[in-house]
Amino acid sequence: MSLVPYVLALADDALVSAQRTAWWISRAPELEEDLALANIGLDQLGQARSLLSYAGAVEGAGRTEDDLAYLRDDRDFRNVWLVERPQTDFGVTMARLLVFSSWQCELYAALASCGDPTVSAIAAKAVKEVAYHRDHARLWTLRLGDGTEESHQRMQAALDAEWPYVEELFEPVDGALVDPASLRTAVLDRVQSVVQDATLAVPTTAPVVGGGRRGLHTEHLGHLLADMQHLHRSHPGVTW
Amino acid sequence: MTVSTPGSAWKIAADVLDPELPVVTIADLGILRDVTEDDQGRVHVQITPTYSGCPAMETISADLVEALTTAGYQHVDVEFVLAPAWTTDWMSEEAKVKLAAYGVAPPGPVALVLAVRCPQCGSLDTRESSRFGSTACKSLWVCGSCREPFDHFKAH
Repeated sequence: MSLVPYVLALADDALVSAQRTAWWISRAPELEEDLALANIGLDQLGQARSLLSYAGAVEGAGRTEDDLAYLRDDRDFRNVWLVERPQTDFGVTMARLLVFSSWQCELYAALASCGDPTVSAIAAKAVKEVAYHRDHARLWTLRLGDGTEESHQRMQAALDAEWPYVEELFEPVDGALVDPASLRTAVLDRVQSVVQDATLAVPTTAPVVGGGRRGLHTEHLGHLLADMQHLHRSHPGVTW
Repeated sequence: MTVSTPGSAWKIAADVLDPELPVVTIADLGILRDVTEDDQGRVHVQITPTYSGCPAMETISADLVEALTTAGYQHVDVEFVLAPAWTTDWMSEEAKVKLAAYGVAPPGPVALVLAVRCPQCGSLDTRESSRFGSTACKSLWVCGSCREPFDHFKAH
């Protein structure tokens, strides 16, 4: 089975998350956080670029990383719903990052020893980066969860809002090099231990049936892509 | 224009400075992985990023092409390699001395967590104020003795 759908799915998760995270640049609550979120988004973008380039090479149709990032429509994107919804609330951003980076950590650690040498090289590099992201999200979750009454309530609300989108991470993907379901226990254990240390409750909200891996998306992805792709599509071949 | 003697391509490539930390070379940092030149004078350079998204890679690549073509090499190509993944353990001792003199606290060995010495006053009474600094490879620290903030090259 072709590797392309799987590599694209991982690339799109990283790319869409990078785009959402970049929204915080100039808007974070403090300068250090602005730098942190910019760096986290940049790491994700770097991972997406490597994965997109490889997906294009394996596909063999001559598509570059830019073609894949800027010239596909929303139905061709394979990212999970977790990363595509707006995140203009800081608590939501940290709750989502806690889940996403915990999943990426387990995923990349497993992929680092998978049978495909290129994916393995990208993953071995990325796992060191996402470990920082996970720690950053962990520290904020502890600080906000175990902070004031107000911050506790808002962090709990953020976790409750993100929780329905967790299960989609573990759904099957065509051509997967690591079975997504095999990561579930390790990811959930990691996230739940942080949530409990932060004096928060593990949410019981029911999962939504996401369709990202099949190209079915929420209305938000189209808006994100319009923003991200506008320049490239309006001025084909533009450079600076 | 004279073509450099065979074997000199490595030396030229190794002298290219890091654009974000222009006191250390890409060889000092361990970013330069390999330079080969064939009998036609074609040069192939391999570099590896510190972090996947490091935006300095494009500049380093352009700087390599410029330095080598200025030295007379007509055909230069630069390849990005990811494996094995870059680590601060590849950084030379000389680079660590230069970084400290530049005001960036150098990384210790990856396997150890050591106190970070303030590059301004030398105190070990320092604390991390953010895991993420002005570039992907650095974190922000502050010194408890001289009160100055400084960058620390993260052990990675």
